[in-house]
Amino acid sequence: MTYLTKPKFQHPDLPKNALGYTHRDYEGKISTLCAGCGHDSITAAVVEACYELSIEPHRVAKISGIGCSSKTPDYFLGNSHGFNSVHGRMPSVLTGANLANRDLIYLGVSGDGDSASIGLGQFAHCIRRGVNMLYMVENNGVYGLTKGQFSATADRGSKSKRGAVNSDNAIDLAALALQLGASFVARSFSGDKTQLVPLIKAALEHKGAAFIDCISPCVAFNNHAGSTRSFDYVREHNEAVNHLDFITGREEIKVDYEPGSVELVKQHDGSTLALRKLAKDYNVNNRLAAMSYLLERNAAGEVVTGLLYVDPESDDMHAGMNTVAQPLNSLSDKDLCPGSSALDKINAALR
Amino acid sequence: MPIESVNDFVLRFANVNGSGSASANEMFARAVMRMGIPVSPRNIFPSNIQGLPTWYEVRVSEAGHLGARGGTDFMVAMNPQTWDKDVASIEPGGYLFYDSTKPMPSGKFRDDITVIGVPLTAICNSQYTDPRQRQLFKNIIYVGALSALLDMDVAVLEKLIGEQYKGKEKLIQPNIHALHLGRDYALQHLTCPIGLKLQHSDGVGDRILIEGNSAAALGAVYGGATVCAWYPITPSSSLAEAFTSHCKRLRTDPETKQNRYAIVQAEDELASIGMVIGAAWNGARSFTSTSGPGISLMQEFLGLAYFAEVPAVVFDVQRAGPSTGMPTRTQQCDLINCAYASHGDTKHILLLPEDPAEAFEFGATAFDLADRLQTPVFVMLDLDIGMNQRLCRPLRWDDSRVYDRGKVMTAAELEAGKDFGRYLDVDGDGIPYRTYPATHPTKGSYFTRGTSRDRYARYTEEGGAYVDNMQRLLRKFDTAKDLVPRPLRANCEKPTRFGVIYFGSTSPAMDEAIAMLSAQGQHLDRLRLRAFPFHHTVDDFISEHDFIFVVEQNRDAQMRSLIVNECGIDPARLIPVLHYDGTPITARFITGAIGDRLDTLKVTPLRKAAS
Repeated sequence: MTYLTKPKFQHPDLPKNALGYTHRDYEGKISTLCAGCGHDSITAAVVEACYELSIEPHRVAKISGIGCSSKTPDYFLGNSHGFNSVHGRMPSVLTGANLANRDLIYLGVSGDGDSASIGLGQFAHCIRRGVNMLYMVENNGVYGLTKGQFSATADRGSKSKRGAVNSDNAIDLAALALQLGASFVARSFSGDKTQLVPLIKAALEHKGAAFIDCISPCVAFNNHAGSTRSFDYVREHNEAVNHLDFITGREEIKVDYEPGSVELVKQHDGSTLALRKLAKDYNVNNRLAAMSYLLERNAAGEVVTGLLYVDPESDDMHAGMNTVAQPLNSLSDKDLCPGSSALDKINAALR
Repeated sequence: MPIESVNDFVLRFANVNGSGSASANEMFARAVMRMGIPVSPRNIFPSNIQGLPTWYEVRVSEAGHLGARGGTDFMVAMNPQTWDKDVASIEPGGYLFYDSTKPMPSGKFRDDITVIGVPLTAICNSQYTDPRQRQLFKNIIYVGALSALLDMDVAVLEKLIGEQYKGKEKLIQPNIHALHLGRDYALQHLTCPIGLKLQHSDGVGDRILIEGNSAAALGAVYGGATVCAWYPITPSSSLAEAFTSHCKRLRTDPETKQNRYAIVQAEDELASIGMVIGAAWNGARSFTSTSGPGISLMQEFLGLAYFAEVPAVVFDVQRAGPSTGMPTRTQQCDLINCAYASHGDTKHILLLPEDPAEAFEFGATAFDLADRLQTPVFVMLDLDIGMNQRLCRPLRWDDSRVYDRGKVMTAAELEAGKDFGRYLDVDGDGIPYRTYPATHPTKGSYFTRGTSRDRYARYTEEGGAYVDNMQRLLRKFDTAKDLVPRPLRANCEKPTRFGVIYFGSTSPAMDEAIAMLSAQGQHLDRLRLRAFPFHHTVDDFISEHDFIFVVEQNRDAQMRSLIVNECGIDPARLIPVLHYDGTPITARFITGAIGDRLDTLKVTPLRKAAS
């Protein structure tokens, strides 16, 4: 980390997006994480994705739990409200926030300790409720802030920095998310920004529960030989199933790739995802196939990345609840209070 | 001698859980109310769905005493499992009503009571072939027999049946038929009426009969709650369920038929309170309902809400603890757990309703207080109020009332350059301004956290900034003292050195106890607490009396501890009166406990006498 304050000075010719904002308008405070931390690359990818989508920063609510990853929402989108809540409980806070105002963009940031150990229950229930959000786990397989204990996503047989071998089985959060009904599931790598940025963009635009498991090596405690979450290991074993170029629906689709190598996935809201296929015969709309592919390649020691599954007909929690279109937090007293005459009738029925 | 009494006795139904007796018993209680006689029914039930014993007690009191009395004058003994205990519990001179289809050995009765046998099973079997019908109509048949024995106005019961099955007209006639089967049998074969009688009166007025949980849920609807997240737990589940049904009726958009509310049955209590906090942070009024074990699970989040200053409303319908305790029995045992919930230095607002009418009022007010004070507010019900129908004044709402959303800075104020410090005490009351997310594109955003921060919400571990913040939170708590419902004081006619402090569901028993004590020549001033933190009038009341009884329904005198702790009172002056066996406190108990102590306290100490 650095102790220098971020300079406010910026180049006058810095490029601007459709809203007239520059990159700087999507940044937050200076990171206090270790130099070289994978999480900072994810932060940069979030900034890039929001900038490219021309999202109004204040329309995003950033919610996190506790841990290194959960600190990162302070480092991007400085004009957004953020909520660094309780360890493992980001999903419930995000769900409540979403219930209150369905119009905002919800970005839940969590880690593998936060989501796979203490918060596994809330992770599961938040996904199965179909909360409209991007739920991103910055997954390093280790507890950073408490100095290097294994997390529940650490692979069986992987070695800690102190040499201990993990004898417990790993939880695959992407596989779990698929089983639990997430309508958008991806895995990526903090070291591969070209893959990660479009995935974040697509997930932010997705209606429903979008989950990204982002492998993010911990340079302080989990970047050594014998670790399966080190930069070197992930680079060597990364098997991407596709490369996503996110294209909004209003624009004409221009594909420069070889015929047959690109898949166009039409979304519910009219937008289209253009996918460059890397794994032959991988079908991004097949939940069952995705689950079995993940398990199969995992057994072979590969880290499968890319857009693993998307449901083009997805919907969210509010649809199931039949809530009014207007955000609940903006309903007036008149909309909410039935008044004295209704109460008189209730009293009469209780006599 | 058989007990003789008009409109003043206790009748108890002993049933088997799941036998369909509840609706017949409730109909009986409501009929008493319709006859203009004050009535107070109570469910005494086990943690079970079917098969175990359950009782329904109906206290009839022309004088209007609504607390549990203790003792039974008339027992409807429908459960062979509890027969011996039920018969033994009848007051001398009381009455035993039973199903005489099978003869009972004479040793199963008592000489000092009147035994009334009606062959309920035989009557049912001669009329119905369907087993479920036989079971359900048996309950209506005994209500019919009671109507003759107690000289009730049968038209009132017939009208109630008509109302109960409105929309299912096919069921009205069979039920009225069953009612008359029982009534006619009693009139033909038994001496009617007995010594206990029900006569039309005008003691009810415009009062209503409603469960506390339903009233509290209605309070949440009127108070503007839009988000409810909960996890099922006795005795609070019916609160969230009542909110659901009230909302369906009162909160559906008339045009789109869409819901102006969102209710989530969460995966546990941790998620429930998390959702409440998330929603409230985002500007929606939200609440959860739970009981003691749920409060234990919510501790960490409650500390976050206190420290990060997020409003939250928690209805705690208390039951006997610790651990699973007696989940279907009443107590006031979560006071300390709620008042000081979470780790670190925390203090929370508690509201203490005495009955459903106040549960409604406080249920609505809790949302104003939570928004005004930006902190969790607990509405402390208990099983006795929550799960029993209680006669109370009608629910009232002032249509000119406007929700107090507290200090929320608007986009216009931010745009005008108003200084926004999320934890900045601009008014000296300890309450800072907050902004809802997405208020303004470039101003007013902040990062909410459970870790220490400065007045502008910037992370800091500086001791000075931490202490500054903690002191402001104390100032805010002081501000709360004048905002929460004030205690209510009632002085006795003569000056007295003795006072009594009580709260919540103890109220009706205390009213009656005061009258009983007064009849014995023992006079006390009384103060009913309605909220924590305590208003200064609590200190005044204590300083004006030498000894104060603190009556509560828990083992450890939790309210007394709160008073000692918060008001700095010498514990020797606060005499605990504790009732905690899981049954509702009675006037008899209070009168006994206070009466005995008063006699000893009135003895002039030796030292004083000698000097």
